[in-house]
Amino acid sequence: MSILNLFIIIPILTVGAILLTRDLKHSRLVSAIGMGVQMILSFVLVYLYLTERAAGNTATMLFTYDALWFPTLNIHYALGVDGISVAMIALTGIVVFAGIFASWKMTHLPREFFISLIILASGVFGFFISIDLFTMFLFYELAVIPMYLLIGIWGSGPKEYSAMKLTLMLMAGSALLLVGLLGIYFFSSPDPHALTFNLMEISKVRIPIHMQRFLFPFTFVGFGILGALFPFHTWSPDGHASAPTAVSMLHAGVLMKLGGYGAFRVAIFLMPEAAHEQAWIFLILTAISVVYGAFSAIVQTDLKYINAYSSVSHCGLVLFAVLMMNQTAMNGAIVQMISHGLMTALFFALIGMIYGRTHTRLINEMGGLMKVIPFLGVVYVIAGLASLGLPGFSGFVAEMIIFIGAFQHVDVFHRVITIVAASSIVITAVYILRVVGILLMGPIKNDHFLHLDDAKWYERISTISLVLAITAIGLAPYWLTNMIDYSLAPIVEKLAAIQLTSLF
Amino acid sequence: MNFSDILTMRHELMLTLLALVILIIDLNLHNRNKHLIISITLGLFFIHTLVGFLPAENSTLFGGMYRTNPLLVMMKNILNVGVLIVLLQSVTWLKKEENREKISEYFILLFSTLIGMYFMISSGDFLMFYLGLELATIPIAALAAYTHHQTKSAEAGIKLLLISALSSGILLFGLSLIYGSTGSIYFDTITQLYKNTPMQVLAFIFFFTGMGFKISLVPFHLWTADVYEGAPINVTSYLSVISKGAAAFILIIVMFTVFNTIAPVYNNILYLISVLTMTIGNLFALRQKNMKRFLAFSSIAQAGFILLGIIGGNIMGMTSVIYFVLVYIFSNLGAFGVVSAISTVTGKDSMDDYDGLYATNPKLSLLMMLALFSLAGIPPVAGFFGKFFLFASAASAGYYWLVFIAVLNATISLYYYLLVVKAMFINKSEEPLAYFKSDLATRTGLVLSGLGIFILGFWSQIYELINSLSFGIIH
Repeated sequence: MSILNLFIIIPILTVGAILLTRDLKHSRLVSAIGMGVQMILSFVLVYLYLTERAAGNTATMLFTYDALWFPTLNIHYALGVDGISVAMIALTGIVVFAGIFASWKMTHLPREFFISLIILASGVFGFFISIDLFTMFLFYELAVIPMYLLIGIWGSGPKEYSAMKLTLMLMAGSALLLVGLLGIYFFSSPDPHALTFNLMEISKVRIPIHMQRFLFPFTFVGFGILGALFPFHTWSPDGHASAPTAVSMLHAGVLMKLGGYGAFRVAIFLMPEAAHEQAWIFLILTAISVVYGAFSAIVQTDLKYINAYSSVSHCGLVLFAVLMMNQTAMNGAIVQMISHGLMTALFFALIGMIYGRTHTRLINEMGGLMKVIPFLGVVYVIAGLASLGLPGFSGFVAEMIIFIGAFQHVDVFHRVITIVAASSIVITAVYILRVVGILLMGPIKNDHFLHLDDAKWYERISTISLVLAITAIGLAPYWLTNMIDYSLAPIVEKLAAIQLTSLF
Repeated sequence: MNFSDILTMRHELMLTLLALVILIIDLNLHNRNKHLIISITLGLFFIHTLVGFLPAENSTLFGGMYRTNPLLVMMKNILNVGVLIVLLQSVTWLKKEENREKISEYFILLFSTLIGMYFMISSGDFLMFYLGLELATIPIAALAAYTHHQTKSAEAGIKLLLISALSSGILLFGLSLIYGSTGSIYFDTITQLYKNTPMQVLAFIFFFTGMGFKISLVPFHLWTADVYEGAPINVTSYLSVISKGAAAFILIIVMFTVFNTIAPVYNNILYLISVLTMTIGNLFALRQKNMKRFLAFSSIAQAGFILLGIIGGNIMGMTSVIYFVLVYIFSNLGAFGVVSAISTVTGKDSMDDYDGLYATNPKLSLLMMLALFSLAGIPPVAGFFGKFFLFASAASAGYYWLVFIAVLNATISLYYYLLVVKAMFINKSEEPLAYFKSDLATRTGLVLSGLGIFILGFWSQIYELINSLSFGIIH
């Protein structure tokens, strides 16, 4: 029995335990304990992974577990992790834990809220640990559907519209994805009786190029919709703005990363030739995402919309880096996923806390908050600085690596597109500093704000755990990058081999 | 006829006996005690269902007119389980004062149609097939008009009768062309002689059109919504779940064993009809406010998905269709069970009445949500697996664009299923339906379908069993 099974079992047990509770007090305690254990487990997994690697274990996937599920279709319940998924699991662990504390005062239907939240989390965990495309897809859809209820019931603003838009767009994405996955399955082996959904098995096979050309756009766009690929990003601002705090945190922080992760783990890894041929189209789209998202964030007045558009921009950068398809840029993509996950979760948590006090999210109505709620104010500045890429925080590391990697391409197209995308750094600084200036500095605009309380203990747990993670990555990125580099090697090797054969 | 032959035909014989027993008991019961029939019938039918699960073997009777094998027996068992749930759901409704006089009629008519379906499934030639078909449709018209003092119900009965007559006529014309061109009505002989000559293709088209009416494929679906709305809710659920499931079973058997030689011809037809059925069924379902009409149109769309498995034309397609129907029976009966429980107790069946249902009736709402998610194909419930395998079987034959259209349609269907979820969980209501406690039978029925929705997906042995049974049927 592999340790990875626990990542599925613990959420199930937690949900079962929440069902037994009666009120908010108990259900939040049970969820906090369950997800706390889950977070510790994810750190243990990082530790175990590092010791395995230090002991010289060179297998691509560690802690594998494989159970045959549907024998005739060769569908397995197959688990396994490499450095990349371990890092993503740790990220998920932290964000979910922080999310539980951010919803400490969820008075409306608390049991149902925590159950949906944990189902969502277990879908994400399951996605990152599976190496069988069927289970992967199952967990992917499992993660998407609780969003409808979470936004629809506990959201704010035009919540029903946003929830429906988000769910349908993401499900349309999974429609594309399903076609891609089935296509991959039926070409996973030349022998029709040896077809497989196993990622590692398929990666050894070369899918015929004409099928790759057909299937790659389906798979990539399918994942790309979740990764807020322009022009399929429109669910993201509405969804994030309407969602309750913890859901925005989880969604922007973790769920959108499923898109980026799947895009290189499935689409690019399994169909490298088509990826090389079609990368330019998607590079243009992602560059638009990056710049357009940043520009849109400048003109927004609602805090959540600002952050949602900034997520579009940052997640666009993830896909952008993935499509650069070299070791450095892809490494940057993964660091960016983790960095953005933590950062944006922190942002949404703070916005939720500020909204809970001021009852408004419009920046024009607020001002001088630093004087009354200094703790939240300082953390907001930290999150902002991390977001605009100040050295010492994780954002700097990620963007650095991405743009260095992207500039390693010597042709004009890649260089131009890199410069275009890099311009987003400046735009990001504009909208971050603008918000910090209006929101935290200046005179206090409303007398009611004079009596605001600063962060409570549970809010401090939520924010401090995220700030710690952001600074840890910013100050000592080599831990993370080494872990990722090792696991990226087989993917990059495969890509490099393709390049050579296609050149000669 | 010796004992082993009786055992071979046990489904048909036992059910006929059951119907007769009910009739006799009904004669001897005083008017006051009519409701006893309900529990007696339920008990007997439960035994009948259990006996159906006894092991079965390949055999034929009446010189090949009747045949049976483990797969066909399994289909009948699937229908039995579904009917059992339908019966459990009808108990509260049957106990009402106005139905007291005609309880036994309900059971007898329903069982007659079920016997007809058995015969269709087991038929080895077109004569038996046609007899079964008529037996399976005509009593349903009487059932649809069960509450005949209501205009809508009477209208539904007449509509169903006329449409059945029309479609049977078309189908019969197809059969006569088949007989004329091959000189045989036996499936085994026909399949050897069937080529794609114009007359035989025409015969197939007539046949398929007739079947299209029964399964309510677009463009032969226009009767569905009115009949479903007019008929009493439990008859609607029988009609749209059991009857449609049986028709799907029969269609796939006939397509795979009789017309398999003209697959290249019929695949084009199926492609078109399947796209039309899914899309139009979905588009009409979008705007429905009456829950019965809503489920009717959603079940039209579901029939379109079933065609995806037939178009696959391989063993995977056969397995996935049977598996999908099994899952569909449980999911749709779950949804119908909730609608029926609510409409029997409160008499309301509009979507607006479901506003705020979760606050008052949380368990019903949860079951409804699970059932709807299963119909939409959302994991972890069984519908996801059913749809996935159907899509996989179509993809295995290379129909990627068809799969894409189908999955997009599944997304559209998710929209209107979510509308109901939204009504129950999100919408606020001034006067939500009051809390009520259903009686034991209804609850058993709901729990059964809920269990099916949950377990069938994860329990891969069921899929494997169907697959292994399908193996001998097609080549």
